[in-house]
Parts: sequence; structure tokens; C-alpha cells
Amino acid sequence: MIIGLDVGGTHTDAVVISSNGIEKSIKVPTESADLFNTVLSGFTRLLASIDPGRIRRVVISTTLTTNAIVQQTMEPVGMIVSAGPGIDPEFFRTGDHYYAVSGSINHRGREKAPVNENQIQDIAGKLKNAGVEYVGVVSKFCVRNPAHEILIKRILNKYFKQVFLGHHVSGNLNFPRRIATTHLNAAVFALHRSFFEAVKKSLAEKGLTVPIQILKADGGTMSLEASMHFPGQTVLSGPAASIMGAIPYAPAGQDAIVLDIGGTTTDIAFLVDKAPLLEPVGIQRGRYKSLIRSLRTDSKGIGGDSALRVSGNVLSIGPDRQGPAMAFGGPLPTPTDALVVLGLMDTGDREKALAGIHTIAQALGISDEAAAENIFKTCCTIILKKTFEMIDQINSQPVYTVHDFLEGYKLSPRKILLLGGPAPYFAKKIEDLYQIDTLAVPESAVANAIGAALARTTCEVSLNADTEQGIVTAHEEDFAEPISKTFSEDELMETAYNLLREKAINSGADPENMDEVEVVEYQKFNIVRNFSPRGKIFRTKMQLKPGLIKGFDKMLHQRGNHAESNA
Amino acid sequence: MLKAMHKTGLVFFPAFDWAIDPTHPEREERLLYTQDQVMEEGIFDIPGIMEYKPALATPKDIQRAQFCVPDEETITTESHLISAGGAKVIADAVMGKEVQNGFALVRPPGHHSMRVSHGGRGFCHINMEAIMVEYIRTRYNVKRIAIIDTDCHHGDGTDNIFWHDPDVLFISLHQDGRTMFPGTGFPGELGGPNAKGSNLNIPLPPGTSTEGYLYVINHCVRPVLDAFKPDLVVNSAGQDNHYTDPLTNMNFCAQGYAQLTTLLKPDIAVLEGGYAIEGALPYVNLGIILAMAGIDYTGVVEPDYNPEKLKQSVSITDKIKKTVDQINGFWGQRHQMREAAGNPGELQVRHREIYYDTDNIFERQKERIRICRDCGGSFEIDSRAMPGRHILAVHIPINACKTCIEKGYAFFESAPAGTYDQIYLMDRPKDSYHTK
Repeated sequence: MIIGLDVGGTHTDAVVISSNGIEKSIKVPTESADLFNTVLSGFTRLLASIDPGRIRRVVISTTLTTNAIVQQTMEPVGMIVSAGPGIDPEFFRTGDHYYAVSGSINHRGREKAPVNENQIQDIAGKLKNAGVEYVGVVSKFCVRNPAHEILIKRILNKYFKQVFLGHHVSGNLNFPRRIATTHLNAAVFALHRSFFEAVKKSLAEKGLTVPIQILKADGGTMSLEASMHFPGQTVLSGPAASIMGAIPYAPAGQDAIVLDIGGTTTDIAFLVDKAPLLEPVGIQRGRYKSLIRSLRTDSKGIGGDSALRVSGNVLSIGPDRQGPAMAFGGPLPTPTDALVVLGLMDTGDREKALAGIHTIAQALGISDEAAAENIFKTCCTIILKKTFEMIDQINSQPVYTVHDFLEGYKLSPRKILLLGGPAPYFAKKIEDLYQIDTLAVPESAVANAIGAALARTTCEVSLNADTEQGIVTAHEEDFAEPISKTFSEDELMETAYNLLREKAINSGADPENMDEVEVVEYQKFNIVRNFSPRGKIFRTKMQLKPGLIKGFDKMLHQRGNHAESNA
Repeated sequence: MLKAMHKTGLVFFPAFDWAIDPTHPEREERLLYTQDQVMEEGIFDIPGIMEYKPALATPKDIQRAQFCVPDEETITTESHLISAGGAKVIADAVMGKEVQNGFALVRPPGHHSMRVSHGGRGFCHINMEAIMVEYIRTRYNVKRIAIIDTDCHHGDGTDNIFWHDPDVLFISLHQDGRTMFPGTGFPGELGGPNAKGSNLNIPLPPGTSTEGYLYVINHCVRPVLDAFKPDLVVNSAGQDNHYTDPLTNMNFCAQGYAQLTTLLKPDIAVLEGGYAIEGALPYVNLGIILAMAGIDYTGVVEPDYNPEKLKQSVSITDKIKKTVDQINGFWGQRHQMREAAGNPGELQVRHREIYYDTDNIFERQKERIRICRDCGGSFEIDSRAMPGRHILAVHIPINACKTCIEKGYAFFESAPAGTYDQIYLMDRPKDSYHTK
């Protein structure tokens, strides 16, 4: 049996799943001031009737790091960055303890200006005096050559508790995002460690001693130990959990849309042949941009509890939430009230819902029934419009080869999977309006916990081979090996696969769930100088795709269909 | 906060799977390090910088600017069409006011491709800027356009396409033709009889440094632009004036390119040549992008930049000043020169010989143009390529007067049958293209 637990903003959901399907599911309110207690009480209730000895896997998704960012309770971190030629690194300042230093590496990974060791010593002293305990070091193009970061770390090691290096964060190029991401890892490290050490200890006391897996923003898991190096990767794992929970119901070999309709917002994501689409570079939310691998999601400020208003004969929905629906004692009418009025939902106080919808109907000069219908339809239209905009955006993403331009993949979903409380009511309406096969995911109230429980370990490696310089590197993995002039694509792929496998095992992957390897990127270039070939550059990215572990999804699917026919 | 002062659109199409041949300078690797630098700097994350996906240019787009022999499909590859299409996408973004300016970082280049194109010359098969400019004129009805070609090689293709067009000001800055392909672009080359002075060619001596380039911009290009008052400024942004370029002998640098861009204020820049792909292009392209977006670029300096080594000699400075004085003189007399160029209604004949170095073709042309005071004048080009075809191409300019339109059709209709493999008519006022 396996456990998935997802701490959300308002509720915490947890499930125990066996090969027969869901054995137990619970929902408890989240105490945002005491997440530890929330997690613990979740486990206490789950394990009340289940023998901890039978549990083989535990996956936890929390809002711990997300909250730390939002509430700005992150640890002060010292950042040392070396930029070389380009945009002024002052633009990427992370806080008070931010130092741009000399030293420069170019795009081929060649040193162009050395590190000034005295300067680093000097900064170390200043940071130490300021009481800083964690430091991030990022140099431009460190993914091509991390020598400067490593040298700076050697100088800093004896002064600080932990030093985080930019080249470990990602194999992707993007200096500003690398700075932000390295900073985040350093800033939430202490919080993350103390939290999960406490969780681990408490679970052990309950007799639950299997290794704990943590859910990441890319819908994959990593071991607790691996998470200590990259705690930032746990940010926004909540939306990822839900999307993963929809995968058992996604069509094979086709594209699908996942809509998670919550109280305030609706999250939108896409699946291609049961695998979620990833962000090309990393998570971004507004001005915050990172290199954290993440599912490609966007959210629209519309949900079951969105405030309804009429101004000048025009109905507006959201983006704010002023409380629950009037049917549940809220102050303003909401889409949920419309569902109650239409008789689609039979919970809540129908009188109160009607009173709310009546004010909207009057303002619009139509009947209560027509107003409710109008609200419901408008909600669907807004959500789908945003979804189609995202599809257009994904399909108009720039490409860099003639081949991709002419034959690049075009996303064209033929199915919608709905999650969240109001999902069952929306499914039929959306299908009627848009003629797209739409399914409310069974057990959708705990789909997030199911998604967490079933998510497999993911990881990615980026390799760069340069036969002119005679080296193949994957600096993110601290890997560098000499190669000959005749190094080939096959050798590159073999090296990449071995590194990926090793990384996956170190992150807690089950060897049985490691066959979904994908070459994300492959490029080969001849290096030519003065009209004669000097060597070749090979680049590749290989990943273990996000997806579900084996042995559970089938059972769940059968049960799902069964539950659906009961509804 | 880092933010673009001017909203800037970018099309980045490095065509990582296309080369003229494996060891040719125009090859897959050319924009690889530029891409690395642009990605590492996080350019596409900067608010106000938008990346656009290129589109495919159509034969119709090319037929507004050029006569492709035997046809568009035969002499182009998809990469050419995406490159021209990329310039078109930027044009739409700028003209539609989605962005204030835009830069098409596309390859292959196009500025050596002429009005009649039998194939590849100077790595160019079709002319991206000309195709874009004609698209803009037809679609957005823009009248006066200036094209400033800052590639180190004379932009002879663009020069040729707009040779007779008084509404398009073409200025090329390049290394002296006596020392450099294509061997043309001397100060006396000023445009056809109906458009004298609307083409300005400014040859620069080998060894010209940043000082020299900026002198020409400040003392010639800028004042000419201010007098011409274009509705749109296009920069053919070649990057081979760089001090490390393997094909040229100049001493320009990334800071210089960025400053030049700030001074020119192009609405649209289109990448042309530039073959110092590792030491120059990443920094030059970054400098141009930041300059267009109005972001501080003072940190964009090549790692091995040494201004002392790149200083230009006094004799070079003197030569440049003399050339600038000469060009300014021509510009000042452009109206008189047009009056003196011939009598309205007469046909003026010009013979040309063109060598296609990329495809090894030799072409002979006989061009006949109607002298006209009211428009650019219709003309016909009798062109014979060896190896290749013998064709007649007739062009009626976009703002043609009634008489010139009639003359254009007369050229087309009276062409003796049997003499030519193909006869072409480009009717710009009607936006149509005919062959027989």
C-alpha cells in the first residue's frame, strides 16, 4: 500500500492506495500556522485503521516553501555572483547581501577573467559579520564550466553552514533565473530541513519507516535526502499533485486538457499521451522566474466561490473571492449559488443562494433561472477561452530549426478532464458548449492526494560534448570526462542514459519505474574555423518523464469508471 | 527593475539544421553562441521584449521585390523562406504597434541578392529586407523608407533593387570595394536617373575603427536621414565589421554596434553577415538587442577588447572625412543631378555584368528605363545567365505614373517571342506578377 498526502491552502488531503484501489481517503483543514501539526494529524487519522508495516511508499506535497516565499519568511542569504560581459548583474539583486565579483567564463566554458580570491575572502568576512549562515554562488555560464563556483565555494566553506552552487540547480542557460533559484534553495533550506526531519522522526515513532518521497513542481518525486539540496523544487507542488491525479483517466496516444476548478482559481494544464507538458525553462509566476522544472500550468482567477457582480448591465465573475457561496453563508453571490439555483447541486441553503442570484437577475433585468444559467455558461466560457489562449501560445512557441518549424508538434486536445469540487456539474455543460469529450475525474476531491501517491521519480540530465576541447560534461551532476575526436552520438546517449539512471536511483527511483526515458533535446554542430573542421559540439537533454508508478493506475481506473456510473 | 524602455520584438531563427555546405561560413553553428549568450542573459524574460515565431514567406511575397529565375521554388530552400518570413513577422509586429521596434535575427542573409536572381551570390539567394520593405509598402501603405546597410560588404543586392526608387533611401557603409567582395559601392554610385542621390555608398578604408563608423553616422547618415524624413528606418545589421571577423579587415566592436544602433534608431533591424561567430556575434547581437530595447549596454564588452590596439590611424580618419564630405556634396545636389540625368520620356540604357560567387553563375544584363519626373520609372531588364536562362523582366514601380504603367505593359507585350526562355512582369501598383 502507498500513501499520498497533499497539504493545500485550505484543505489537506491524504489517501492510502492498494492494488485494489483507494483503501482510505481523508480531508482535514490546513492549519497554515502549523503545517507540521497538519501533516501529523493527517497521518494519525490515516494510520488509525491501517498497519504502518504494510505501507511501501509515502509521498508528501506541502505548501511549506510556497508559503515562505509568499510570506517572505525566508532566511537571509549571501549571494556572490560573477557575471563577466553582459547585462549589469545589479539588476538581479536578491537582497542586502548580494555581491557581484570579478571573474568571467564565456559561452564555450573558457575562462576569460580569473576569480579574485582576496575579494572573495573580503566578502566572506562581511557576510560572516552580518550573521549570514547560508551562501549562494553563481557564475555566468557555470553550466559550461563551474570552476569559478567551485573555487569560491572552497574559500567560503569554512565560514558558512552550507554553500549552494548555481551549476547544481539546472543544466539550462539563464543566469538571472539561476541566481533566483540558487537563492531560493539557500533561503528555504533550513526551514525545509527542520520541517522534514521532524516529520520523518514523528512518522518513525508511528512505525512508518519507509523512505519519504517529496513531490516536486514537475509532478515527479525525489527522496527526502535529495530534496535537501534542492528544497526550492517543492514550490508549487500542489497544482502538480492534482494534475498527476488526472492522468489515470487521460486518453493514451492523445492530448488532453486538465482543468482544476477550485474555490478562487482554476488551474489549467495539458497532457500529451498521459504525460504532462512541462515549462520550457522553469516555473514563472508573475515577476518571479526560476529554473525549477515544473508542469506547464496557468491559472485563471475564476472558481466556485468567485464574487459575482453586475456593473452597467455587464456580469463580472471574480477574480476575487469574498468568502464561501451565499448558500454556505457567504456575503456575495457566486457561481456555486448559480449551481444550487439550477438544482444541479443539492447541498447548501437554496433560499440564501436564490436571494443572491436574484440580485444579479434584477440588475441584468432577467429571470432568476436565466441569470443562473447565464452565470454558469459565462464561467465555462471564460475558463475555456483562457485554455484555448494557452494552446495557441504553446503552439506558437519559437523553434530554432527548419525541421521543427515544418514538423514541430502541435497540441490539439480532444478531451477535457475536470478536477475540483464543482467538476461534476461543469462537465456536461462544457461538453454541450464546446462539443469536446469532457470527464469529471472520479474521486476528484482527493485527486491531488492520489496524484502525489502515484507520482514516480523524475529527473533530467543535460550534457555538452565538445570534441575540439576533448570533453563531455554534465556539470549539474558534477560529471566531466575526456573524450576523443571521434566521440559519437551513440556514446553521448549512452553516457547520458547512465547519468540519468544514476541520478534517478540517487533520487529514490524504483528501478522498475525507470523505462520512460525521453530525449528532450539533441543537437550536433560542426565546429569550423578558417574553413576547416575542428571538431563537433553535441548537446542533449534526457529526462525521466513525469508519470505514474506501475501497478496502481489500472485498478484506480476500473474503480473510477465504476464510481462514475454510480453518480 | 530590468525593463525595456522601448517594447522590442525579436525573431530568433538560427536554422540550426541548415548550411550552404558543411565548412561554409554560412553554416549551422553560426548563431549557436549568440543563442547561448542571449539565453544565458535571460533576454526573453525581460518585460517588454517579446519573441515571435517566424512565418514562411510565400512566392507572392518574393514576387513583389525580385524576379527569381526560373521561379521562387527552384532557387530557395525552406530556410530562405523562414528567414524572409521572420523579417515579415517583425514588420507586422512593428507596423501593428505591438512593439516599438524589432530585430529579426535570421539566417541565411539576403543583401547581395538583386532584382533578378538566378541563384546564390555572397551567400544570398533572396533579399530579406527588400521582400519585407515591399510587403510593408503594399500592406501598410508606407511611402518613404530608409534602409541603412551596415554590413561590411557592399549591400549590392538591396542597392540594385532600389536603384531607381526615389522613395527608398538606401545607404551602405562598407569596406572599400577595391579590397573586398563584391567590389562595388563607390561614392559615385548614386542611383538611377530618376532617383539620383537616393542611393548613397560610403566605402571605408580597411582598419576603420569605432571612431570612424560613428563619425560617418553622426556626420553623414544622421543628417541625411533627418533631411529625407523616412516613415520607417530599416537597418541591414551585418556584424562583420568586427575586429575579429575572419572575412574582413575592420576594427569595429560590440560597444560601437550598440552605439550605432542607438544613433540610427531603426524601426526594424535584420541580421545580415558576420562570421566571427564565437568572439563577436554573441556580444554584438546582445549589444544591438539591448540598444533597441533601450536597456543599458555598457557591460557588453568582448573579453579580449583592447581599444588601444584598435585605434585607427590619422590617415584613415582623414580618408573617412573626405569621403563623408564627398557624399554630403552629392546629397546636397541630388535634385540637380536628377534634372541633368536625362530628358523625360527617353529610355536610358545600362549594361551590367554580375558574378554569382556562391553558385558560380555569370550574368549579363541590359537594362532600359523610362526617364520620368513623376515616378521611379518603369524598366525592363534583359538578363542572360551562364549557365542558365535568358529572360526579360519588366518592373512597374509601386507609385508609377499613368504613362510609366503603360510603358511597362508595352515592354511586356512587345517583347519578341522566341528570344527569351521566360518573360516576367512585376506590376507593383496592381500588386500582380505575370510570366509568359
